[in-house]
Amino acid sequence: MKKIIELKGVSKSFDGELVLDHIDLDIYDNEFLTLLGPSGCGKTTTLRIIGGFETADEGEVIFMGEEIGAVPPHKRNVNTVFQRYALFPHLNVFENVAFPLREKKVPKDEINERVNEMLSLVALKGFEKRSVTSLSGGQQQRVAIARALVGRPKVLLLDEPLAALDLKLRKDMQQELKNIQKATGITFIFVTHDQEEALSMSDTVVVMSEGRIQQIGTPIDIYNEPKNAFVADFIGESNILDGVMLRDRRVSFSGHVFDCVDAGFELKEPVDVVIRPEDVDIVKAEKGMLRGIVTSVTFLGVHYEIIVDINGFKWMIQTTDFVDVDEEIGLYIEPEAIHIMKKSEYSGMFGDYSSYSMELDEIGELNEIEELGELTEEPERESERAE
Amino acid sequence: MKKKASGSLALVQRLALAPYSFWAVLFIVVPLIFVAYYAFTDLDFRFTTDNITRFFTATSTITDEAGTREVHTYVLIFLRSLKLAVISTVICLIFGYPFAYLISKASARTQSVLITLIMIPMWMNFLIRTYAWMTILQDTGLLNGLLSSLGLGRVHIIGTESAVVIGMVYDYFPYMILPIYSVMAKMDVKLIEAARDLGCNSAGVLRRVIWPLSLPGVISGVTMVLIPSISTFYISQKLGNGKFYLIGDAIEGQYAANNLHFAAAIAFILMIILLFGMAFMQRFANKRAAA
Repeated sequence: MKKIIELKGVSKSFDGELVLDHIDLDIYDNEFLTLLGPSGCGKTTTLRIIGGFETADEGEVIFMGEEIGAVPPHKRNVNTVFQRYALFPHLNVFENVAFPLREKKVPKDEINERVNEMLSLVALKGFEKRSVTSLSGGQQQRVAIARALVGRPKVLLLDEPLAALDLKLRKDMQQELKNIQKATGITFIFVTHDQEEALSMSDTVVVMSEGRIQQIGTPIDIYNEPKNAFVADFIGESNILDGVMLRDRRVSFSGHVFDCVDAGFELKEPVDVVIRPEDVDIVKAEKGMLRGIVTSVTFLGVHYEIIVDINGFKWMIQTTDFVDVDEEIGLYIEPEAIHIMKKSEYSGMFGDYSSYSMELDEIGELNEIEELGELTEEPERESERAE
Repeated sequence: MKKKASGSLALVQRLALAPYSFWAVLFIVVPLIFVAYYAFTDLDFRFTTDNITRFFTATSTITDEAGTREVHTYVLIFLRSLKLAVISTVICLIFGYPFAYLISKASARTQSVLITLIMIPMWMNFLIRTYAWMTILQDTGLLNGLLSSLGLGRVHIIGTESAVVIGMVYDYFPYMILPIYSVMAKMDVKLIEAARDLGCNSAGVLRRVIWPLSLPGVISGVTMVLIPSISTFYISQKLGNGKFYLIGDAIEGQYAANNLHFAAAIAFILMIILLFGMAFMQRFANKRAAA
């Protein structure tokens, strides 16, 4: 695969605040790459640097082998779909899409042909003469995509393009965007804070936090093999526990020794242990590797989400079996369900569901609040959990 | 039940509007009817079109450098007013448009300071502003004092069309800037970024996005400068030394001579011409917006 964009040591500050901290990123031809992270993590700034709307304070932006840091946006072979579409209100649908072609003085016949081709690609045939202000959000979104693609860019930048759509429409557009990307073969760089969106659409996911890249990988890698507590917590739900590697494929946490599949750690190395809520089996208390008391049960349609208190640490477990609050249950965890991560700066900040259970766990709660104060994106995450 | 409720709501709305409707009828509609009534009647209030015909047919003899000739008095006066008003409007637009753009791009603080500076002259009485320009532009005035002290000689401006235009531009400049500025300040920055993203350089962004989107502001700015400057009478008397009799002066002169019916006729014709002019501009703007 051919590299199309390379970011090398790119940094950017606004008013003395570091927004991007030496980002290194290779983007390949023909891939659907997603920049994923909470608000303020630097994902939009990265996109704007690639688009030419911001210049990096430090580092290089290389586009098809050429440094383009000083090239203005209109000379870059890159187009953008803006967050709230930024359609031109004084032009109709056809003229919005034809806008870049008219600037390039493309012959009339070719303009007609290419605009029509784009409008059928986004299923907006027959809307040519309509005013863009009369369209629904989803239709405006399609016009914006057609307008950005009609100039045949090498790379399409999408800045949270689906954020303003309702859930159903968003799901449809995700699928459609993916199809358009496959049909055109254009590299898509997609920015979102929605982890589900990132997992379902991307070839490559780049998880960002605090101006740094936390992990780059396929959706499956990112979900199954998160590199640190931040990634494990941000992508899906995770119980993250303090553990110690006893030797290869043996780990101890929650006062019990487990078999696992990870190796290559030092003897007695402290680690973070990730267990996904859907990977825990509920068994009778006396048969469990761990046992605990159910503190809350929430019915979510497909499954129940229960919180279990095990030695003061609150686990989240997703199960289709009904259990009752205050019931004592046992947990059974297979070796494959245990994922071991090296300790990081994020250790201890995520992965405990004390606050989630809405019960007052005084000490835990207070500690967590203090830690949360340092993280700007945390209130958003909290509200997500509360949902 | 529901219908009754909405009916009483409509009644409340109508009652709330009543004072404004009354005001509008009393001070806008009634005077307009009077103007039309006077325009089409003679001294004994009998219907006549003589006043209207007089506007188009009255002649007089003028003598200037070009010689002595017969002219249609009021048509000439109207065209002269139109010429000076158009020149002033164009100058206001040429200077006002970029200025409004620069203000809209400044920081919020600078914006409010600049807008206040533009508005301050409007707090002063119109007559006083015009008198101030008399003392500046006089042959022995401030401007000439400054020029001669710099050794640049003197210029004769007072009593020329230029002086009248300077006065109009000064007086009506804010009316050009403010509507254009308010449209530009509301313009979405993302649209400009989108245009750059889609291949426009700065000139392209201006021509294809900023200018068409600011047209409503330009139209109202042009209207707000053109109309008062076409019908102004005081500026030409003071800065033109009364040599450039404008349509406003003609109305005032007829009125002062107690010739109310002809004064009303001139005002009526002026109003009709301006209405057509405005309708035409609005159409032009709508067409541009639709294209």
